[in-house]
Amino acid sequence: MKILTANRLTDGEAVWFSTGQVWAETIDNAELAHDKADEERLEAIGKAAFLNNEVLDVELIDVQLVDGVIRPNRLREQIRASGPTNRNDLGKQARPAVPQAA
Amino acid sequence: MYRYDEFDQDFVNARVAEFSDQVDRRLAGEITEEQFRPLRLMNGVYLQLHAYMLRIAVPYGTLHPRQLRMLAHIARKYDKGYGHFTTRQNIQFNWPALSDVPAILADLASVEMHAIQTSGNCIRNVTADHFAGAAADEVADPRPYAEILRQWSSVHPEFSYLPRKFKIAVTGAERDRAAIKTHDIGLHLKKNAAGELGFAVYVGGGQGRTPMIAKKIRDFLPENELLSYCTAILRVYNLYGRRDNKYKARIKILVHETGADEFARQVEAEWEALKDTELKLPEADIRAIEAYFAPPKLVARPEGDETVRLARLDSRSFGEWLDQNVVTHRHPDYAAVTISLKGIGEAPGDASDSQMEAVADLAEKYGFDEIRVTHEQNLVLPHVARADLRAVYDALVEIDLATANAGLITDIIACPGLDYCALANARSIPVAQEISRRFASLERQREIGELKLKISGCINACGHHHVGHIGILGVEKKGAELYQVTLGGSGDENTSVGEIIGRGFGPEEITDAIETVVETYLRIRTDHSEKFLDAYRRVGAAPFKEALYGSEAKAA
Repeated sequence: MKILTANRLTDGEAVWFSTGQVWAETIDNAELAHDKADEERLEAIGKAAFLNNEVLDVELIDVQLVDGVIRPNRLREQIRASGPTNRNDLGKQARPAVPQAA
Repeated sequence: MYRYDEFDQDFVNARVAEFSDQVDRRLAGEITEEQFRPLRLMNGVYLQLHAYMLRIAVPYGTLHPRQLRMLAHIARKYDKGYGHFTTRQNIQFNWPALSDVPAILADLASVEMHAIQTSGNCIRNVTADHFAGAAADEVADPRPYAEILRQWSSVHPEFSYLPRKFKIAVTGAERDRAAIKTHDIGLHLKKNAAGELGFAVYVGGGQGRTPMIAKKIRDFLPENELLSYCTAILRVYNLYGRRDNKYKARIKILVHETGADEFARQVEAEWEALKDTELKLPEADIRAIEAYFAPPKLVARPEGDETVRLARLDSRSFGEWLDQNVVTHRHPDYAAVTISLKGIGEAPGDASDSQMEAVADLAEKYGFDEIRVTHEQNLVLPHVARADLRAVYDALVEIDLATANAGLITDIIACPGLDYCALANARSIPVAQEISRRFASLERQREIGELKLKISGCINACGHHHVGHIGILGVEKKGAELYQVTLGGSGDENTSVGEIIGRGFGPEEITDAIETVVETYLRIRTDHSEKFLDAYRRVGAAPFKEALYGSEAKAA
């Protein structure tokens, strides 16, 4: 299972392409790609958003659903979704309702 | 310290205006990321995991209090209230918005600072001994030469697109505190038999995935040929350095593959055509730059001995700090003070906005307006009267910067690692924090003695793990963090590259493994005076392997 992530051009904020066709600041509602066709569709969306100067460093990343919640496979992506593990007061985890990566 | 002249200021102002326009055009969608990326990198703007990162040059690690105060202002206004001092004597901000970068650069320009050439395949910030101008053992202050190199290398048209990045370090003392043998060019300022100043020139050192110790290619280069000789080195590199493979593009690979003798011959041949040209530094110009670095007028403060004696009796913790973080100054009434940015359990090299401001205050009040950033990620007040040490200490206690651990096991170098860095494979900071907490007891640290522990979160080795007495390299293995331990590295005048001791350790095992290494050292050392590195060099890896891996090591 994959989702589409990137960093926003204006401020570098990590974002995920989410239901409702928006680049959201949290991973929770990221649109899931279940098969190759989904992945290709998301890739095309990412490429278009890059060319439209909305985002950069666009990437499809592997995730799994843990108790119905999206969790990236790689620690790197878990940290992107939460913030630095040594400073829980920084990043998304410092905002309401985003858990820490580790 | 050096002050911008009108040319410097005009140049930096023009660059701010140029980059501001480029940012505006990027945000307006008029230029693409492919077009913009090299432009932002030339101005120190990276993209990390959570946000952009701005890397600001601190030339040869020297800061004026008004500059440190501006860094505090930037941390507070545009970032998240702190900055990260790096192993390149620079500072990084981890959270700036791209749209704020022009304003940040304008603020920096107002205090004669910038972020130019902190990225890209150019000559980067020239680094120097952090005790320059204060050290009792130095022949001369290396910073005037670092400044000459800075001026020469800034937007140098011939050397702005080298095969790869290029780092120069300068020291003015036999005891190498600038790790010159791990740089592309290392310069050791010294005097010849006639008493003239010049340099021993080392080339081809570096860390990263292929660590190499620099080779000496010239024992004495007259000071006025600094630029002609460096130009010759850069020309040979620019011509023959590999551009087909980024991992083989550093000058260390060229020197290694060419052979140091042949490389030196090529440089000397190139230099034949360059010396006695306009690149030869006029005596008046050298002395003019040197005048900017004239030492402060240090008045006699003989009461210092008695003040320190009484303060030591009054406060044990002051005495411990004095023993650990204060070093001899060339003036007997003064001392150089290391301000540890390695509080127990803290992220190495981080300082808050208010801490930066408080250190700026101290430098103004007691330190002749000078602060240094060290490659070991600490700050230094290079000139403090011994009579004022207690006052400085008390003020540092107030801001939680009085940790008495300079040179001890908790004085850890660590790169930002996977908590911030887009290149990292594993976290560094939490490993440093846990080791720091494990060895929190100062009594235990002092019993262990000098021990340089350095951690990198990937093979690029920003955390200098190759030259740590104990080095830790974080890698990703099967999706998990794994930490390799190297022993016996050193980044001083007897530079050595640490050796991998065996299989790596998981995040939950690494602190125990380090403790095992330390306990093994304590068991095998001849006596208290034999430092970790000396003991390792005497006995080699065997007892450490045995302690870490037991029968497994024997089987191997």
